[in-house]
Amino acid sequence: MVEERRGADDLQTKATIPEEHSMEDARQWVKRQFYGETIIDVKNLDFYYSKKQALQDVTIKIPKDGVTAFMGPSGCGKSTFLRTLNRMYEIIPGAKATGSILFEGEDLLKTDPVILRHKIGMVFQRPNPFPKSIFDNIAYGPRIHGLRNRSKLMSIVEESLQRAALWDEVKDRLKDSAFALSGGQQQRLCIARALAVFPKILLMDEPCSALDPKASDRIEHTARELAEELTVLIVTHNLQQAGRVSDNVAVFLAGGELAEFGPTTEVFANAQHAGVRAYLEGRFG
Amino acid sequence: MTNDQLEIKKEQDLLQGRKKRSATQWTAFTVLGIGSLFGFFFLALILYWVISQGASAINWEFLTSAPSNLAREAGIAPMILGSVYMTAGALLVAMPFALGSAIWLSEYAWKGWWLRAIRVGVNTLAGVPSIVFGLVGLGLFVVALGFGVSLLAGMCTLAMLSLPILIRASEEALRAVPRSFREGSLALGATRWYMIRTVVLPTAIPGILTGSVLGMARAIGETAPIMFTATAFMMTNPWPHSLFEKVGTLPYHLYGLIKISQHYNETRHIQYGTVFVLMVVVTLLNLTAIIWRTRVRRKKAW
Repeated sequence: MVEERRGADDLQTKATIPEEHSMEDARQWVKRQFYGETIIDVKNLDFYYSKKQALQDVTIKIPKDGVTAFMGPSGCGKSTFLRTLNRMYEIIPGAKATGSILFEGEDLLKTDPVILRHKIGMVFQRPNPFPKSIFDNIAYGPRIHGLRNRSKLMSIVEESLQRAALWDEVKDRLKDSAFALSGGQQQRLCIARALAVFPKILLMDEPCSALDPKASDRIEHTARELAEELTVLIVTHNLQQAGRVSDNVAVFLAGGELAEFGPTTEVFANAQHAGVRAYLEGRFG
Repeated sequence: MTNDQLEIKKEQDLLQGRKKRSATQWTAFTVLGIGSLFGFFFLALILYWVISQGASAINWEFLTSAPSNLAREAGIAPMILGSVYMTAGALLVAMPFALGSAIWLSEYAWKGWWLRAIRVGVNTLAGVPSIVFGLVGLGLFVVALGFGVSLLAGMCTLAMLSLPILIRASEEALRAVPRSFREGSLALGATRWYMIRTVVLPTAIPGILTGSVLGMARAIGETAPIMFTATAFMMTNPWPHSLFEKVGTLPYHLYGLIKISQHYNETRHIQYGTVFVLMVVVTLLNLTAIIWRTRVRRKKAW
């Protein structure tokens, strides 16, 4: 049935392919669009901060498998895009999103954000542990759901820390303040904290921008491993990082336009959009 | 003039300009320095005056016993207790309201004219003369609510008076909680209230408490709001013993010593002693707040 729907969609999407491309290009393009199963289907998404438009008519099918990176120059709306996916933009007064974002058969712009955020976790640019113990940081999410049983909490904390590759470093000091950890450890703690509610998608908003190369490397490694079990969407400034970590990449350009989307190797090797090529060659950042 | 002469003239002008500037600089420095010394001077004067006049009154008996012989002898202990009870009670009464409105103002209130109106209201409340609170307290708590002239009525009146200070202090403490903590909590699927309860309030509480202690230090010296509502001079049983009875307080005791007692000339040292004790109590409260704040700041890692 899924196949059927894709077939039907093919006709519609083909119509948007620019005419100057050859049939081969078109076939490639379609293949990229339907690379694997879609987990989030964004259609005609516009985004405004009060009067200023930050995203322009973004349509993208985000694949369920692997890591998808979102790139683009500063102010292109890539972080904004990530924040629409878990509705975190709503804490900014005047921010408004229109269009539809299909997730689990529902338009997530119209569902309860509190429930949505259980399923779509987020890691921020700067590590933001709570001023609590390591244990309480991880247990925070499960406790929101009302989990009080100490031993169950303990097993979730252990599992989450292990998935975030932090367990061995902190297992003997779970009661210590989270601020006693280094920056990289704090960021992995934040990943573990997000994992503790077992999200289906993990959003990472430039998770390495405040970290040194070694710590970044560990985060990337963790992101790759997590992609085996859930969908990882990562915003990054760093071309090399996107190259290392992602399977698919979406490039936004100034004005919040989604210019290119496809498998990372293909986009890096031969981007169709001239602006994207310029960006990837480092002609502007 | 040759070029050389011109150069020399220019240099002389520059030098003169520099001299003139340094003269202005010196004048400004001196004037401002003297100005700031004045502030310090008056503080020192007040301290010296109070201590030199009141030191002879301070002894163990003065601090631990009730006044006797028409307040000409013995101590002011009941008034110290009365003042502390009254302000602590005021804090207890005011805190739930202050905290509630501070949370609303900083976390929930939507920006716009409505929020501005409430802010203006709170700020205006801070500027209302304290005697007005005294009269309203008399009408509202003493008469209308039937508390009588009592410790309770005084607490409520002082609570009203310190409300704006407490609201502002609490709001500032709440706003000082980093946005990243809030984001972290909301992103895990917490509701707004859950976030406030588990992350914002625990982080802000030291700041809120510090602010409240400072508010208490302000309130403890107030005379006007309690003189009609709560306090009395020379009672047969001066020790505070019930919420519904009058109490003695430090500022009103001083008032009584000077304006009510016939023997105001004989009790000068007691008057200054009373003021000295009041100042010590206020200083202690301020010190507590400052120490508390520095300790918390040192512990903060964000």
